[in-house]
Amino acid sequence: MKEKLEQIKAEAIAALNSVDLPADLENVRVRFLGKKGEMTAILKQMGSLSPQERPVIGQLANQIRSEIEKQISDTAARLEEKHLEERMKKEKLDVTIPGTPVAFGHKHPMSILLDEAKDFFIGMGFTIAEGPEVELSVYDFDKLNIPEGHTVREWQDTFYITEDEKIHLRCQTSPVQVRVMEKQKPPIRIISPGRVYRKDEVDATHSPMFHQIEGLVVDKGITMGDLKGTINALIRYIYGENSVTRFRPHHFPFTEPSCEVDVQCHVCGGKGCRVCKGEGWIEVLGAGMVHPRVLAGCGIDPNEYSGFAFGIGAERLTMRRFGITDMRLIFENDMRFLQQF
Amino acid sequence: MNLSRKWLSEFVDVTVSSKEYDDAMTDSGSKVETTYEPSQEIQNVVVGKVLETERHPDSDHLWICQIDIGEAEPVQIVTGAQNVRVGDLVPVAKHKSLLPGGIKIEKGKLRGVKSNGMMCSIKELGLDLHDVPYAIEDGIWILQEPDAVPGADIRPIIGADDSIVEFEITNNRPDCLSVIGLARETAATFGRELKLHEPAVKGGSGDIHTHLSVEIANPELCPRYTAKMVKNIKIEPSPRWMRQRLRAMGVRPINNIVDITNYVMLEYGQPMHAFDYSCLDGGKIVVRTARDGEVMDTLDGTPRTLTKDMLVIADACKPVGLAGVMGGANSEITEKTEFVVFESANFNGTSIRRTATKLGMRTDASGRFEKGLDIENTYGAVMRACELVELLGAGEVLDGCIDIYPNKWQQPVLKLEPERINALLGAKIPEDFMVQTLERLGFVVDGDQIKVPSWRGDVEGMADIAEEVGRFYSYNKIEPTLFAGAAQAGGLTERQQLERFAGVTLRGMGYSEILTYSFISPSAYDKLRIPADSPLRNGPVILNPLGEDTSVMRTSMLPSMLDTLGRNKSVKNEDVKLYEISKVYRNQAAGELPDERTIIALGAYGQTGFFELKGAVEALLKSLRVNGAEFTAQENNPSYHPGRCAEITVGGKPVGVLGQIHPKVAAAWGLGETYTAELDFADLLSVRAAEGVYVPLPKYPTVQRDLAVVCDETVTIAQLTGCIRKAGGALLKDVTLFDIYTGSHIPEGKKSTAFALKLRADDRTLTDADSDAVMAAVLAALKDELGAVIR
Repeated sequence: MKEKLEQIKAEAIAALNSVDLPADLENVRVRFLGKKGEMTAILKQMGSLSPQERPVIGQLANQIRSEIEKQISDTAARLEEKHLEERMKKEKLDVTIPGTPVAFGHKHPMSILLDEAKDFFIGMGFTIAEGPEVELSVYDFDKLNIPEGHTVREWQDTFYITEDEKIHLRCQTSPVQVRVMEKQKPPIRIISPGRVYRKDEVDATHSPMFHQIEGLVVDKGITMGDLKGTINALIRYIYGENSVTRFRPHHFPFTEPSCEVDVQCHVCGGKGCRVCKGEGWIEVLGAGMVHPRVLAGCGIDPNEYSGFAFGIGAERLTMRRFGITDMRLIFENDMRFLQQF
Repeated sequence: MNLSRKWLSEFVDVTVSSKEYDDAMTDSGSKVETTYEPSQEIQNVVVGKVLETERHPDSDHLWICQIDIGEAEPVQIVTGAQNVRVGDLVPVAKHKSLLPGGIKIEKGKLRGVKSNGMMCSIKELGLDLHDVPYAIEDGIWILQEPDAVPGADIRPIIGADDSIVEFEITNNRPDCLSVIGLARETAATFGRELKLHEPAVKGGSGDIHTHLSVEIANPELCPRYTAKMVKNIKIEPSPRWMRQRLRAMGVRPINNIVDITNYVMLEYGQPMHAFDYSCLDGGKIVVRTARDGEVMDTLDGTPRTLTKDMLVIADACKPVGLAGVMGGANSEITEKTEFVVFESANFNGTSIRRTATKLGMRTDASGRFEKGLDIENTYGAVMRACELVELLGAGEVLDGCIDIYPNKWQQPVLKLEPERINALLGAKIPEDFMVQTLERLGFVVDGDQIKVPSWRGDVEGMADIAEEVGRFYSYNKIEPTLFAGAAQAGGLTERQQLERFAGVTLRGMGYSEILTYSFISPSAYDKLRIPADSPLRNGPVILNPLGEDTSVMRTSMLPSMLDTLGRNKSVKNEDVKLYEISKVYRNQAAGELPDERTIIALGAYGQTGFFELKGAVEALLKSLRVNGAEFTAQENNPSYHPGRCAEITVGGKPVGVLGQIHPKVAAAWGLGETYTAELDFADLLSVRAAEGVYVPLPKYPTVQRDLAVVCDETVTIAQLTGCIRKAGGALLKDVTLFDIYTGSHIPEGKKSTAFALKLRADDRTLTDADSDAVMAAVLAALKDELGAVIR
């Protein structure tokens, strides 16, 4: 009987080794361990054994049974592994096939730049002020100390809406500053980005509509040094940490003292090249201390408060930032252009 | 404004290099655009004396010349010019020389004979007959200059030994449009003395008052009129030094009298005019406004029709000049002129600008007057002109001066406040530096009183003084600081945040951002099929547009969007989806500013159909928390397909429209099937739901029941879902359409629709009986209200 058990074990292992399919494995299990299986049949003969033999053989039988059970479960694991591998082999993909397209839109390069500039100023405690584009001359000219007869008021420079010259398309976003100063007491820290209009024919560097980012800070004790510090921080943010600036006296009706700010040419480092037209410097913005008359006109006492203001053309910044060579591309919105951003 | 460094050196000694000069002047506020060095353009050109001429053996027009150029041996030059004679002094471009325009001259052979350079015409030296009146244009320049000796450098002789500095002068500084003004800035910049010169006139040829009287009819337009007279004029070219200085400053020499007026204008910044006295009727000058329709020929030979707001200089009968703009042809200086009146006047800047603009004739003089000139300058300028007349021997100056100047200039006095100046600049500039700077600029400082000079009308207060001090101290020396003050929370407003957020959402759905002009062509409204009386046609009109295409402010985003889509289509960009968040402008009552409304516009062609666009709009609304939007068919929007257009409302309030662009409209833009949506941003925000509060997740399971009903094709899905919702009651949590079917097995004119219903109670698990009851109620309602029966 012992031999018989050993033989069953050997047969079972042999059978399991040759099993390839889960169904065959079940057949093997039924054949050896099932109710009518070979083990059961053997064990039914236990009664014929002597009392001495019975525990020995019983122990051996249990041992062999659990041996077979383990072999069956190992085989099952082997089959499962094999099956999975075969399935995965069949599932192999050409990973170089392009992904299913997920459409996503592009942000206009002007918006990229404008949002960045806004975020820079928001970080410095500024808010964003907005105002009408079709504006009263009172706000765009009179209250900005732009006198009657100033060239900017001429019909060849400004788009007029009414014959009496009282309403026109704003030629700067400064009227927004006036509107804010009239309503809000200092401290004031705003930027006013937006569309402005000047009667320039369309070409590679001009457009009758363009964007400005103007800023205004009014408080007690604001100095020209503060203006320089703020502008330098902005220039470094836009043009990089190593940017060098130059402040040149200039004239604007709404600021006194006024200045223009140049950045040392990033291409030639100030030696003079084609990009900076040989000057070594590139003009980037105009700025100054808010004219006392402008403050007073908005009900802010210039003896108590001072402030600075600045204005930057956003198209030129965008063009330099992305290497765009023709301003017309900005307003043409060709998908082949937009997709690049 | 061009400045000759040679002329400048008459007033201030500055010998620094061009680079140093330009940088320092730019730093102190006189921005140098560029410096032109004519001496760089002409090199190795000298005076030569012709020693011999002989005919070229192999040519009937070439000459072989031997020329003394101050060297040991004469040079041989072959020329085709026929006007060269032995003994003539000529400009010689030697071997390896440079002429204007980058022309290089080298030795060579002409028909086998060596030629070691070239003799030059005036043109080849960059000159014309205005520079050298005695020369001929089509031949070699035979020099008649006293300093022309063989071997002498030609450059000093032709004035090419100068540097011409081009300044950008700002509008507030018309005083710097003159040599003296820039000399003053130069002197202050370099800390040198300004050497001014008091004109000295001998006169002694009769009295002006016996010949001329002047009357100002409009003193508000002409606050001062100064005149001197000169008789026995000999019109001839002015001397070389004067011609060269005018040329250096960009003015063409004409004759001695005209040149003198231009010379004084450049030196003093005061425009002058010279009248031929013989042309003045009645020995009288009247400064008055023109009569409407009065006609006068100006110096340029053009007849000008005048209006009554234009100031003219007239004699007893007729206008003889357009004040401050241009003289009249009828009193022009000619070869025959013997007796002249020099006018040196001050005019109202705005009036001059308006006249010049109206007549489209901006001149050097009008450009200066319109900026507002120094009223104290007229006398010195006219005296300088007379001094030059005597210096040139151009005529005899009469005694006396007519100077009508009713309201004398009052010198403004400001206070010197060093502490406030430093507080504004954020600097610590010593007071004595301030005083020194101001005095160099012509201010008179007396204790804390600053007397402002007459040419500085732009200086009105402390801030202006701070600028004067600051720019000579140098802005670049002011320490950059960051402003102090209470910390402030910056940030975007809710509206600004949502505008950005809407952009993020739209880009996430594949729409790309565009940026278009706010002005459009009025013809766009015709293309959009907008009725003639529609308020949409009533946008702000630009009275002076660049062109028809940009002449009205848009009242709708559609034209800009369709333009952009059309342009993309024309370059064969496929499957385009665009959005713009921008403004439209709608007129309000007269005198009021237009209503500027921000619109979110979507536009697409290619793979987008109605429901793709609607899906995007619905997602956008959801992301902005605009809930419960209803879409109602709109058949009468002229720009949209009548069967594929929906008005979008929220709680009955219209917020926008979407649909397929009318095929005719699309065709007008070169487009095929095109979809757009327009949403009013402010309207959306007004119906936006409050931020949500957390609702506990359901504790009990959801039962899903599907339902298919057949109804008339005219019944809308909105009607069906509305009916199901109402009948379903509290237990019905959601209804989703999942199929619409027409075709076989469905009768003509009918459709089958299928919905998934989600049922749930919040306090218990639903029984089959509960669900059955809901479904029965729904079916009954569908049948009763819409005639929809279970399939």
